[in-house]
Order: sequence, then structure tokens, then C-alpha cells
Amino acid sequence: MAAQEVQPSETIAKLKSESEALKTKLEEERAKLHDVELHQVAEKVDPLGQFVMKTRRTLKGHGNKVLCMDWCKDKRRIVSSSQDGKVIVWDAFTTNKEHAVTMPCTWVMACAYAPSGCAVACGGLDNKCSVYPLSLDKNENLAAKKKSVAMHTNYLSACSFTNSDMQILTSSGDGTCALWDVESGQLLQSFHGHAADVLCLDLAPSETGNTFVSGGCDKKANVWDMRSGQCIQSFETHESDINSVRYYPSGDAFASGSDDATCRLYDLRADREVAIYSKESIIFGASSVDFSLSGRLLFGGYNDYTINVWDVLKGTRVSILFGHENRVSTLRVSPDGTAFCSGSWDHTLRVWA
Amino acid sequence: MERVIVSMQDPDMGMKMRNQRLLITVIPHAMTGRDIVDWLIQKYTITEEEALHIGNFLVKYGYIYPLKEPRNLCLKQDETPYRFQTPYYWTSTRWPASELDYAIYLAKKNIRKQGELIEYEKECYNALHKRINHTWDFVVMQAREQLRASKQRRKADRIVLECQEQAYWLINRPPVSRYSDVMLYMWCLPLKNKLCMFVWVCSFVKYCEQYQDHDPIMQGCLPSNPWITDDIMYWNMNSETVTMPTKLRVERWSFSFMELLNDPLGRKELLTYLEKEFSAENLCFWQACEEVRHGEASKIAAKVDEVYKQFLAPGASRWVNIDSKTMEKTLEGIKHPHRFVLDDAQMHIYFLMKKDSYPRYLKSELYKNLLAKAIVPQETKKSVFPFMRRQRHSSPSPALVTQTAEDNGKAKPSAAKANAGTASQI
Repeated sequence: MAAQEVQPSETIAKLKSESEALKTKLEEERAKLHDVELHQVAEKVDPLGQFVMKTRRTLKGHGNKVLCMDWCKDKRRIVSSSQDGKVIVWDAFTTNKEHAVTMPCTWVMACAYAPSGCAVACGGLDNKCSVYPLSLDKNENLAAKKKSVAMHTNYLSACSFTNSDMQILTSSGDGTCALWDVESGQLLQSFHGHAADVLCLDLAPSETGNTFVSGGCDKKANVWDMRSGQCIQSFETHESDINSVRYYPSGDAFASGSDDATCRLYDLRADREVAIYSKESIIFGASSVDFSLSGRLLFGGYNDYTINVWDVLKGTRVSILFGHENRVSTLRVSPDGTAFCSGSWDHTLRVWA
Repeated sequence: MERVIVSMQDPDMGMKMRNQRLLITVIPHAMTGRDIVDWLIQKYTITEEEALHIGNFLVKYGYIYPLKEPRNLCLKQDETPYRFQTPYYWTSTRWPASELDYAIYLAKKNIRKQGELIEYEKECYNALHKRINHTWDFVVMQAREQLRASKQRRKADRIVLECQEQAYWLINRPPVSRYSDVMLYMWCLPLKNKLCMFVWVCSFVKYCEQYQDHDPIMQGCLPSNPWITDDIMYWNMNSETVTMPTKLRVERWSFSFMELLNDPLGRKELLTYLEKEFSAENLCFWQACEEVRHGEASKIAAKVDEVYKQFLAPGASRWVNIDSKTMEKTLEGIKHPHRFVLDDAQMHIYFLMKKDSYPRYLKSELYKNLLAKAIVPQETKKSVFPFMRRQRHSSPSPALVTQTAEDNGKAKPSAAKANAGTASQI
């Protein structure tokens, strides 16, 4: 080539324009990545048989809409919170109520069980997250031992303990997430990047255990590094608020449920959406999603009172579960995958298996 | 452009195609350059110059390719035969010109006629060989297979297919100029990602298949799902402190190092094994680091100091073998302890265990014996009176157990010792 005879400055200019042209080509190629879809790869996988899941337990006791619930690591206890300010700990297996706390605020939108099983955290319109140690002394007033941990400038939408009882991760209507030390109430790290209310979060089950994902009203799902506070990945394909995010069991992907009536699966390594779970007949938003133990099934609780069960690999709906008499607001699969529990605005919780 | 091509191929108003002679072989469905120009003039009522101009574009973009001199992508207004490119190869079709396919194409050329690759093709071939070296066997095998299959075709078809392919790659892999090595790299990068994409998406299928038998909602569980039969045998058999675990549980430890560590029983077994190997300090160190990372903020300094004394100080009783660079960095960081100061060292030890101790544990007699002795529970027989509900026994609350332990002044209360307490009042 005649490159040697060309002036250096001309070469640079030429190189620059060529690299610009290639940059646009790169973007075009990146867009073309849409040709590898999960359901295509999963064509050879055996389809699922007929699914029979029934309500095995109905937990009645809340006086108003159930907003949130979480399982205890012992696989049978759950904590649930409702609009009337009540937080109840149940042994879901026997349906007995074991503890009850009345919060000073209404709309307790978030609650979580501590990994040790010795405490619960909850919060909502009080803009705080409080931790209550569970005492079995019936006479003891749980509220007295309450520890105020997190302080936000708007409502608390979700909370979760990290690997121990000592740290809590919270998300709030003020658009931020934060990591707190339970003992001292100290803010360890804050996460800024959402442009609107953050509605949900989930911790990654990865080996290094350092990331979590959050979803918000800005239609974005962000993946954060807990150590540095940086947003390391961002996904914006939903058309409305993201109500719920949940990691795939391997930690390589996460699912999201949104008011746009779809659930989507995002692959973290490929950095893009790989599946959409939607149906023309589903027009109400999904409020809550969770995976079965193997990750093959995705359970979604919807605002049309139903629960749709999706085949994660093939993208088809396997089953639709009726039973609740109002919106399903929260849904979690039990730690050993034997059942899942759904909470609804009809004041009840149901355990399905 | 495609609109033009489609109308050209229209059976009634389109081009008349004949069998063209290419040396001695007869190629069906071909046309001459002259024909193409004439048709364009007639159809669009344009001048000869314009028709030639359009025709040239059709060739340059690969919708029509020449049968003679395939490298020369231009329209000759004479008896030179041309053919329509199959839509499969159209640039607009979202068919990715993947690296793998190009490698196979070059390998085929190389095998067919040694030394037929021209300069830039040779460069690409070598670059690809280096880059996707791990799949090179596959590439060569595919190339050989495709050559073998093509030998079985009629000569006419073979020539056509070869020309099609060649034209396609000429369009999609034009010769790159010397100083564009960087750009070739930039261009190939998203293509490499495309290959990885496929692998990543397949991993979900693999994961689901691996865990299917362990998913109680999908496959049921033995002896029975407690929520369905009200029988808690399943939970009792899988509790943390059971003496003999179930086969499924032990099997699961072999899925990943995380699975082994996450199960307290698995962790205990691993510790026993490591003690035999005199490397138990690794696991203890890892556990201590976890406690620093997830513990109370106020206790960090004290815990880090403990870790230093036990595991990192020269001459420590349970000294861990970390590479000097990490050790240096950690010791420096310990002077101002914070939650993540031990992260690097912990990561190093974690991966050491994962790559070395873990695979050996899975091959060890200890693990194999446990797997052989592990229980496969019998399915619970359905009760004679299906309407009679079993009594649902409650279990001791984890909070209660911890409280009792604390009252007894025990050092470290652990969660849910299901075997310990008796069933509390219902």
C-alpha cells in the first residue's frame, strides 16, 4: 500500500474518519446481536407437562392489604406486612401467628426476615427501616426493642438483609438505595443513579457476593457494586415502572416484572435482554416475580388477581393460578423451593405447592 | 435494491434466464451482462449509462454475482454470465457473518487448493487461527465435511455454490488495508461477542437441566412435599445437623463450589477433608474473612487483628499461603482496617480452594463413600383416609433456640438446631 508516502497528519485524519465509520458499524453489529434469543436455543428442550399447583395454606389475619412478605431460612416461617401497619410473623406450615408488631405508620411496604431467624426488618411510609429482634416472651412488647436503622427522605419500598443480620440494603422512593450497619445505624454506602423512585431490589447469589440489582419508576434496572457504590450495568427496555426484580439462581441473569404487563429476563454477561414473558391476554402489570429452584419456572403475581407461571427457557406460559380476590402484591418462593407464597390486597397470603 | 431484484426475478415480467456456458459446464438460471442492462433499460425506461450504473451497484452489493472472474465485482455489458445471489446471502438479511463461518470458508479454501488464499485472506486465516484456537478442530472438521458434501453435488451446482459463497465473503470481508489491523480487531470484537452470546444463552438451558431433579415444584421431592402431605419428613431429613444426608443433597455439592460451601453439612465435610490434607486453615481463613465482611462495623478492627494474628502474621499458628504481592498489599491495608481490607486475600484463597481442593475432594474416598451411603428416601405412602389431615407439628422457632443458647452462656449460637429442642406447644 502507498501508506508510507502519505503525510502523517493526513494518515491520522484518515484513520480518524475510518474509525468513526467503524464505530457506527460496531453499533450496528451490536444491534444485530438480537438474533440469539433464549427460546430459539431452548427449542430442543423438552416441554413441560401439565402443572397442578394448589393453594395449600391460606393465612388470614391481616386487617388490610398485604404489601410484602419474606421467608425465614427455616423454610416454613414467614413475615408479612400490610397497609394497616401490622407486621406478622407466621409459622406458615401450621398457619399459627407467632409474633405481631404494630408499626407507628401505615403502608408497611417492605419487610425482611434476618438470616438467623432472630429478627425482622420493616418499613414504609415512615421513611425508615427498623429492625425488631424476635423474642418469644409473650409478654414482651416487641416494639420496645425496635432499632431504627435506615433513614431515607421518602418512603421505603424494599429492604433485604445481606449475608448476615448485621447489614441491611434498602431502596426508597427518594430514588436511592443504601447499605446500613444494623448495630450502629451507620450508612455504609449509598447508590445514586435512578432518576425516579426505586421500587425493588435483589441481592446477587454470586460467589463474590458483591452486587445487587434494583428496579425503579424510571423503567431502568441497575446493577450495582456494593463496595464502590457504582452502577456497573443498566438495562432499559421496559415500557413502564419496574415493580420487582429477582436474580436467576445461578446469578448470571435476573428477571423483572413491570406495569407494562411483561416480565423480562436480562443476561448480565451478554449485557442485554434475552427473553420477554408476555401474552396479549395479559394487560395488567406484574407486581412481583420469583424463580423456582432450578430457574426453569418464573412465577409472576399480577394486578389482575392472578399468578402466571412461565417457562423461562421457552418463553411460554405454563399455567395460570386463580384464587386471590384482589391484586397480588408480593410473591416469594421458599428457600428450599418446595412452595411459594403470595400476598394480596385481599388481606390474605396463600402458600402454593 | 431488493425491490429491483425481486421484480427482475419475476417469472412473467422478469429477466429471461437461460443456461449459460461457462467453459464446458452448463450453468442453469444464468444471464449475461448484456441481458441485465437491456432489461433495466426496458423496465425503467432509462438510458444505457444509467442501467449500467444501477447494474454495477447490484453486483457491488452482492445481489448478482459473476460466474467468471468472481473477484471483479462489476457489471460487464457483454456475454459474461451472471447469476442472482440467493436471498440467504443478501446483506440486508439479518444473517451474521460470523467469525466461525469465515474461518470455515478459509479453511475449506486452504484444504481444497493449498496456497490459493490470497494475501489478506492468509492474514485473516492466521489471525482467526490464533483467536479462536480452541474451536479450531471444529473449524477444520466442518470445512472437511462441507467439502465432502459439495463433492457429491453436480459440477454445475458446485460451481454456482462456490461462486455464491465467494461473492458473499468478498462483500462482507473486503480486503483490509495495512494500517487497519486495529480496525479489523474493532470489527471482530462484536463478532467474538456474538459467539460468546450463544454460549451464555445456552448456559441457562444447562443450569435448568442440571437442577431439574432438585426442584421440588417441578419434580416433586421425596419422601413428599410437606406442604402437600403435611408430613415434615422432608425437612427433617434435610436439616443442618442430620447424620446421614440424602443422595440428592450430596450430589448437589458436586455442581459448584458455592453449593458445597452454602450447605453447612457440606462445609463440615470439606473441613474434615482439608484437615486430612493439612490445609484446613484455608477454609477457616475464608470463613473469618466472611465474618469481617458481613459483621458489625464496630467489631471490624478487632476481627481483622484476630485474623492477622491467626493466619497472616509470620509464624502464625494457621498461616495461609498467599502470593507475596497480595500478602504485601493486605498487610499494608491492615494498618488501617476496613470492611474490605481482606477481600483480595480472601479471593485468592477462595479460588485456590475452588481450583485445587474442591475437585480433589469430589474425587476423594470421603466424598464417594458419603455419596454411596447417602439416603434415597422412600415415597410417603398415601394415607388410607385421604380426607384425614395429618397433625401439623410446629417446630422450635429459630429465635427460641438462639435465646436458650444465649441464656446458657454459649459462645456462638447457631441457627435452628432442629434436633435439639423438642416440639413446642402447638
